[in-house]
Amino acid sequence: MIGIVPADWWTSVVNFQDYAELFALLKNSVLAAGVVGFVGGLIGVFIMQRDMAFAVHGISEMSFSGAAAAILFGANVVAGSVVGALVAAIAIGVLGAKARDRNSIIGVLMPFGLGLGILFLALYPGRSANKFGLLTGQIVAVDDPQLGWLAVIGVFVVVALFVLWRPLTFDSVDPEVAEARGIPTRLLSIVFMILLGLVVAASVQIIGALLVLALLVTPAAAALQVSSHPLIVPALSVAFGLTAAVGGTLLALGGTLPISPYITTISFLIYVICRTLSRQKARRSAVGRTS
Amino acid sequence: MIGAGEEAILSVTDASAGYGDVTLWSRLNLEVHPGEIIAVLGANGTGKSTLFRAILGQLPLRTGTIRFLGEAAHKGDRRIGYIPQQHLFRKGTPIRGRDLVRLGVDGTRIGHPFATAATRAAVDALIEQVGATAYADRPIGELSGGEQQRLRVAQALTGEPRLLICDEPYSSLDVRHQDDITKLIVRRRDTAGTPALFITHDINPILPYVDRVLYLAAGKHRLGTVGEVLNTATLSELFGSPAQVVHVGEQVFIVGTPDHHHDAAASTLARGRQP
Repeated sequence: MIGIVPADWWTSVVNFQDYAELFALLKNSVLAAGVVGFVGGLIGVFIMQRDMAFAVHGISEMSFSGAAAAILFGANVVAGSVVGALVAAIAIGVLGAKARDRNSIIGVLMPFGLGLGILFLALYPGRSANKFGLLTGQIVAVDDPQLGWLAVIGVFVVVALFVLWRPLTFDSVDPEVAEARGIPTRLLSIVFMILLGLVVAASVQIIGALLVLALLVTPAAAALQVSSHPLIVPALSVAFGLTAAVGGTLLALGGTLPISPYITTISFLIYVICRTLSRQKARRSAVGRTS
Repeated sequence: MIGAGEEAILSVTDASAGYGDVTLWSRLNLEVHPGEIIAVLGANGTGKSTLFRAILGQLPLRTGTIRFLGEAAHKGDRRIGYIPQQHLFRKGTPIRGRDLVRLGVDGTRIGHPFATAATRAAVDALIEQVGATAYADRPIGELSGGEQQRLRVAQALTGEPRLLICDEPYSSLDVRHQDDITKLIVRRRDTAGTPALFITHDINPILPYVDRVLYLAAGKHRLGTVGEVLNTATLSELFGSPAQVVHVGEQVFIVGTPDHHHDAAASTLARGRQP
């Protein structure tokens, strides 16, 4: 088997030569992946609770078009993708309070956003290394200002989620009683969409618009397979997100492939393992009950 | 049951509600006194849940007022315990039984999300009160309908409510579990005098405890004791079409409700949300 695969194919996948030098050079990428992995894992718990995986995808396409517009007009790419994501997130939050409306609005917004983004990139005259990196993930290093942006977004979102944790949980799992108890559910859901837009915009920088779900949904979905505990689920989800994002980036440093396939694969494997564990547990408890 | 001299907990005065051209109910007067259990009956779309939403301050009335403990009904009054229309939690909902109860205790607060010792004690006491200790630590989505509903009662009993309002607490429960839930609410009535309003399609689970019935139908309503409202003459007049009240053993069935001509048991009406 080895003979069929050219040796350079393997070294393009994993290559740890000169790793220390590479790491120093690409330290920012690792830190950025850490930020996105952490925040994505945390907000993923609420994405799952609120059943918004599809919304994440819709927001990320609009975020892509914002970033593409920024490239075309020579503006800051992170700012562009934040603006795109926020416009989409707020539109979805305002127009799609009910799940059914929401899905149709996302279905309408998503191709429009993607098409706009492709238009902007097609119009862009120069050569851009990260042109399609916005869709499928970066291979180039994250520069200092970009890392600064991501860090600010990350800290802001984590603090906001921490402070709003209980009302957000209440509104997510038990909206009728939450409203009866006086939680401003409408306002809260707009606030949540803004936080989600920020996280999506940050994630697009690292993993690409098409693959954002691997860091925002998969870790939380995996965590929910193995626990329902209100502290263990977010803790595991963050750990999974960090493992996938940072681990994927570290593996990618040596090779010539983009970061994304490493991250998505690790994230997927974690999910498969958690699912298997949960099935085994269910089978064991079923056996225990019948005997 | 009606303490004549006692101040009403809830006073609905000359109230009407509707949407667009539709009047759901009008000139509704209802005083709820301590210890009373009142069943709110009526077909789908007659405004039962609308009445509850108005009591919860979520919906403005067209006319009239609703006062709760002497104040105008307002949003987020924690002295009302609310059991919403039952829909089971999905498997995989990331909370345990005790977390649902805890949301009632401190779920509206902002700040760090970790439970204080006082919160934990309050949650334990509530769970104990409804006899749910054995399964409170299991994921909510894995609990049976009856177990979930017990925890909902515990959540509604948070903070010593002065009024309980229960929207279809019996849907998807078998008779034994219906009875369990009823007993919890009746016990609260007996120990603390907390009155309860029940929206229900089937009055039978609470029939032995009901003091009065409010029957809503096509913009009209009747309020009175079970005997005064659930009789053939009153309901025929209310529906504007022949209706018959049938007593089978200790149960009561209404034949010929306006939206359900074919089925003998009004209790099996389709369940859905009110507009």
